[in-house]
Amino acid sequence: MGLLSDPNRRRALIGMLTRLNAPICMICYMAGVAWFMGLAFEPFTLRTYMSENAMGSTMVEERFPAGERALATGREFAAHKKKTGGMPVDWLVRTMQARGLEVYTQRFSRKLPFPDEDKERYMVKGTNVYGILRAPRAPRTEALVLSAPCSPGNENNQAVGILLGLAQYFRSQIYWAKDIIFLVNEHDLIGMQAWLEGYHHTNTTGMDWSPLQGRGGSIQAALSLELSSDVVTSLDLVLEGLNGQLPNLDLANLFYAFCQKIGVLCTTQGKLPRNDWDTTSGYSHAVQTMMLMVLKQASSRPWGDHGLFLRYHIEAASIKGVNSFRPYKTDATTVGRLLEGMYRKLNNLLERLHQSYFFYLMPSLTRFVSIGYYMPAFGLLALILLLRALDLWVQLSSPPTRTTEDACPPLCPLSAPQPASPGVLSILTPLVISHLTGVALYTLPVLSQELAVEHFPVSETEAVVLTAIAIYTAGLALPHNTHRLLAGEGTEQGWKVLKLVAVLYLAVLLGCTALINFSLVFPERGLLVGVNDPGLTLLFAVFFFQELQETPVTLQEGWMLYLSVISQGILDHALYGSLLYPLAALLVYPCWLLFWNILFWK
Amino acid sequence: MAARRCLGLWFFLITLCVVSTGADVLHTTPVTGTESSAAGTETVVARELPEAPSDPGEHTAAEPTREGEQNDRTRGGEQTLGQPTREEEQEQEKTREGEQTPAQPTREEEEEEEEQEQTRGEEEFTREEEEEELTREEEELTTEEEELTREEEEQTREEEELTTEEEELTTEEEELTREEEEQTREEEEEQQTTAQQEEQTKRWEATELEEEHVHDAAVPPLAGDPPAADPPSPPPSKDDFQEELVIRPLHSGDIYASFQFRTVWDADFMGDQKVSHYRLFPKSLGQVITKFSVRELHISFTQGYWRTMQWGQPYLPSPPGAELWVWFQDTVTDVDGTWKELTNVLSGIFCASLNFIDSTNTVQPSASFKPLGIGNVTDHSFLRYATLPREIVCTENLTPWKKLLPCGSKAGLSVLLKSEKLFHSTFHSQAVHVRPVCQDPQCRTTSMELRQTLNVVFDLHTSGQGKREWSLFKMFSRTLTEACPLASSSKVYVDVTDNPQGEQFELSPATPLLTQAVVLGDRRTYSVYDLTQQASFGSSRSLNMLLRWKAADGEMLRPLLHSERYVAGYGLQAGEIHTLIYNHHPYRAFPVLLLSAVPWYLRLYIHTLTVSSKGKDNRPSYIHYQPSKDRERPHLLEMLLQLPPNSVTEVTVEFERALLKWTEYTPDPNHGFYVGSSVISALVPSVVAMDTNSTLDRPLFSSFFPCKEEASYFMRVYTEPLLVNLPTPDFSMPYNVICLTCTVVAVGYGSLYNLLTRTFQVDEPSPGLAKRIANVIRRFRGVPLL
Repeated sequence: MGLLSDPNRRRALIGMLTRLNAPICMICYMAGVAWFMGLAFEPFTLRTYMSENAMGSTMVEERFPAGERALATGREFAAHKKKTGGMPVDWLVRTMQARGLEVYTQRFSRKLPFPDEDKERYMVKGTNVYGILRAPRAPRTEALVLSAPCSPGNENNQAVGILLGLAQYFRSQIYWAKDIIFLVNEHDLIGMQAWLEGYHHTNTTGMDWSPLQGRGGSIQAALSLELSSDVVTSLDLVLEGLNGQLPNLDLANLFYAFCQKIGVLCTTQGKLPRNDWDTTSGYSHAVQTMMLMVLKQASSRPWGDHGLFLRYHIEAASIKGVNSFRPYKTDATTVGRLLEGMYRKLNNLLERLHQSYFFYLMPSLTRFVSIGYYMPAFGLLALILLLRALDLWVQLSSPPTRTTEDACPPLCPLSAPQPASPGVLSILTPLVISHLTGVALYTLPVLSQELAVEHFPVSETEAVVLTAIAIYTAGLALPHNTHRLLAGEGTEQGWKVLKLVAVLYLAVLLGCTALINFSLVFPERGLLVGVNDPGLTLLFAVFFFQELQETPVTLQEGWMLYLSVISQGILDHALYGSLLYPLAALLVYPCWLLFWNILFWK
Repeated sequence: MAARRCLGLWFFLITLCVVSTGADVLHTTPVTGTESSAAGTETVVARELPEAPSDPGEHTAAEPTREGEQNDRTRGGEQTLGQPTREEEQEQEKTREGEQTPAQPTREEEEEEEEQEQTRGEEEFTREEEEEELTREEEELTTEEEELTREEEEQTREEEELTTEEEELTTEEEELTREEEEQTREEEEEQQTTAQQEEQTKRWEATELEEEHVHDAAVPPLAGDPPAADPPSPPPSKDDFQEELVIRPLHSGDIYASFQFRTVWDADFMGDQKVSHYRLFPKSLGQVITKFSVRELHISFTQGYWRTMQWGQPYLPSPPGAELWVWFQDTVTDVDGTWKELTNVLSGIFCASLNFIDSTNTVQPSASFKPLGIGNVTDHSFLRYATLPREIVCTENLTPWKKLLPCGSKAGLSVLLKSEKLFHSTFHSQAVHVRPVCQDPQCRTTSMELRQTLNVVFDLHTSGQGKREWSLFKMFSRTLTEACPLASSSKVYVDVTDNPQGEQFELSPATPLLTQAVVLGDRRTYSVYDLTQQASFGSSRSLNMLLRWKAADGEMLRPLLHSERYVAGYGLQAGEIHTLIYNHHPYRAFPVLLLSAVPWYLRLYIHTLTVSSKGKDNRPSYIHYQPSKDRERPHLLEMLLQLPPNSVTEVTVEFERALLKWTEYTPDPNHGFYVGSSVISALVPSVVAMDTNSTLDRPLFSSFFPCKEEASYFMRVYTEPLLVNLPTPDFSMPYNVICLTCTVVAVGYGSLYNLLTRTFQVDEPSPGLAKRIANVIRRFRGVPLL
């Protein structure tokens, strides 16, 4: 303040900032990127540790004995599933009742806005079955959830088997302090969404569901189990939920602690933790793991059935069994014991999981980067925008001041009143037009699918995606049109004002996004570097993601993937309330159009 | 008394009518049923009566002389009072007696005695008018007539029972048991008749004799107890102790054990003279009652939630955690202060956190909690009700509770109360109820009744051993060897209603004694083991009942009334409390009173209150709402609702979560904050009245009119407590926050202050030395300065 109130020093500071603007920006940019990439470097990260005391010191002894029987139940389930051609509701109800649970069912139906070609569904109807293990001497105030999806085909039968086996075993124990809900959900996320909405009696997505008859109070934590083989080589922990939300880090710590204790190989992002951090390959491995997490988070979609719990402030994660070609296998009893241990620890919780971090990135399962460490990287990048804005502001405001002091060129008196009048108008028009384009991009694809299907030989899904791309591309032509509209008012001042506004717009947008979903900032950051198209960024992200997953795709496949990613994005928004599509269509795209406009100013 | 009882009932009905908008309640409440229950002993209704007729204690039943006198006296008194309405009602009752007598036998001997005593009484009370005596005689005639029909029926019944038991027994034992039964026929008859008489009296009689059953049945487990049978002569002391255990095999394979210990003392705590000599009644409680002028005290500690869907209705419902409600004497001036002190004292007596009861969780319900003892208090400013849903019940609460018993845990049923087994259960509830009851039928003086109850449910699945069987030893790791020597009655009942042919479970040792009682609107049959009889213990000198299940797990029940409550919505700003009340009765609507006390930190938006059943708006006929005051008192919402038949009624109200001051958070704020159970008090149509073709065990002419005496019964259902998360700051942050805010304030304020107070002036650059010298020279020369 003292610095700024002194006009001389202020002038000096501003002078320096404007003079050295480009180098400072470059330094900031380099520092930001370096910082971000440094996050994956092991000496710079923290080791994970259990913060929650209730789960920490007391190790429980796992006694789950019945892995083989659980697998047999799983096979029985598979047989019934095949027979009924879907969820074997009656069988599940009977089986759960025989295990001493309170069993309830929930029916739901949902019509998707357009057919989902990936999962081949349009009119979805299903039933969730869940059994509640009532904790003895507990007043139904708290609950834990263990869920397994009933997937089509031969998927996840073992998961349901283990779920039922655990139910049987848990039922005969006296130590439970929280009700445990065993849920088998049909149609994966849609069923889970219906169940959660029913449980909390909300309706955010316009789904039809029958009300739940039995509840267990407020859910403290949830695990979702996906297992498709009798033996597994490793267990993969999936954390990324809807809108990039993550469960409390203690849940990941708990999983890791039990994997270590029981001796199960565990991974995150499908990447094994490595010890050779000081080698290049070890470092790049960590970077890959972290980038995968960033990309998954940025995609804003739930990466497992647990993802939808996070909206309700329920800590949840998915555990996926992976059966690869490694020699060392883990049997179902061990998986059961792992889950038993985790549930007993969660049962010990006195409070909700809150001690550890909610915002973090994981370069491996044993290392994490907390929000305090990764935010500076974002800060450095956001600083560039502010510096550019300052520079533009100074450029815009300094000519008049110079006119009074220096001998003014004859042009000045004319240009002095100019910045105000055409400035506002020239900003407003592109702003409005680009936002209208954004609104069109948001609404038209779903609305106009029937029209498109009528006139073009495409399916509904293709119609939606292609309409979106068409509108997107049409938006690129806008600068020329706006120019014509403004009748050649492309003054020097005009584009500077527009750029100033666009830069500030982007800064605010990035700042807000960083608070909601940090990972989304980095794809958006692409906008910063010259003219990087959101569509191209997405395309690039798709290829990059496949590359990181070590399943590179050809251009053709990539393009198909790109199309399906767009349709999935729109579907995620409609079905689960993912925010990425509206954010991209209504804010990011218009913002980028402003920059596009500037590029074609003259 | 009957008149008084009627009055009480009328009062209740009137309150119902007043609170409901007139006629609709009258239509739906079983008017005839309740009337008749007033006449008879529709027990559970009586519990809710504001002037509920008192329990005169056991002595009256045992003392035929008095009884007769009092019969006469009361009748005379009532009639001399000469209020037409009462007379009418009496007449109604009498006519009803006439109608229904054939179905209901009474006890012979007692009746004979009664007759004798009545004549004696007549002699004594010569001042009574002849007319009354005439009516009395007429009545007796009718009762004698009943007698005959009843005897016949009774015999047939006994025969039936014999046959059923024959089936059960093996052929060898058959002869023996028959003989036994022949021998014990007298006894059994007594038992049987008392039980039946009790039922029958419940239904119709208005004499003093039944008064006592009102309360016996009012608290269901005692309902099966034939109180008059055991002590043949009045006990010499003025206090009396009874103990009993009811075992109910539950539908789900679990087992429910309910203990009741009852001490009645003819001491007047409310009088002027101090009570100082205690025998059976615990002194600690007696002193508390005297000091704080307590009229009634009900306290319960419960760990777990009663699963109505699997277990049916409990004998004594209680909410999870601790519940305390007290009616004070109307002589108490500072009720709040007394309440505060009382809770602190009770906290010490029961080793519980009752001292956390303060004005923020205390309410004064206007309709839901009426006195259970005698007394016509209606001013609910003397009532205080509080729950602590968070209270954990454990051994430290059990020990002081056991110390209140005369036999402690040394003898009698209480030897079974070992904490290592009691707390290895699914549900545990212990309670203490103190209330005044009538010492004699005229209620000139009152006795204090202390009833200690303990309910526990054992879970089949967690018992571990895999066998589907229960025994006393398996449940309590003890067996019974003797009755409490101080007890006048000590019995164990096993509910065998669902098991007439032994197809559900097998009970051994078999007992020849059976008794019936109407409990919670359902007619139940119990096997009775009388611990005062040595025969009950058999040759091994210990009683260890074994109950072996034969049938598999049952489906879930559909109780007539049950409820569910949950918090809807997500996020930490707003939410919605949903209360669902299910009426599973196929064709009858019934009224319920819903009471919910919500802490102030959930700010209820009362304008969002909606009540709907079957998709239609269901307007409550009475709403009592007391808004909360922050940090002072909770919300109190009481509503009288009419539940349509076979429906779900949903009560929703939105709320906002308050942001507490940082010192107001509990040490574990992220656990959430509890909202105590809602209380649903209802008059539920009974199961007995529900079966329209109940001609199985009744004469045809007795079952024509659909409204029977036990057409509805009182029931209380507690909903789940709620756990609500409030917006919680990160409590590790205060230090950081303090540092940060101090820095910001210091820097920001400092510079702002600097800017505001600084005077700006154009600073002339100080000239250089050469210039200064030049200026000096110029001043000398008189030319303008540079």
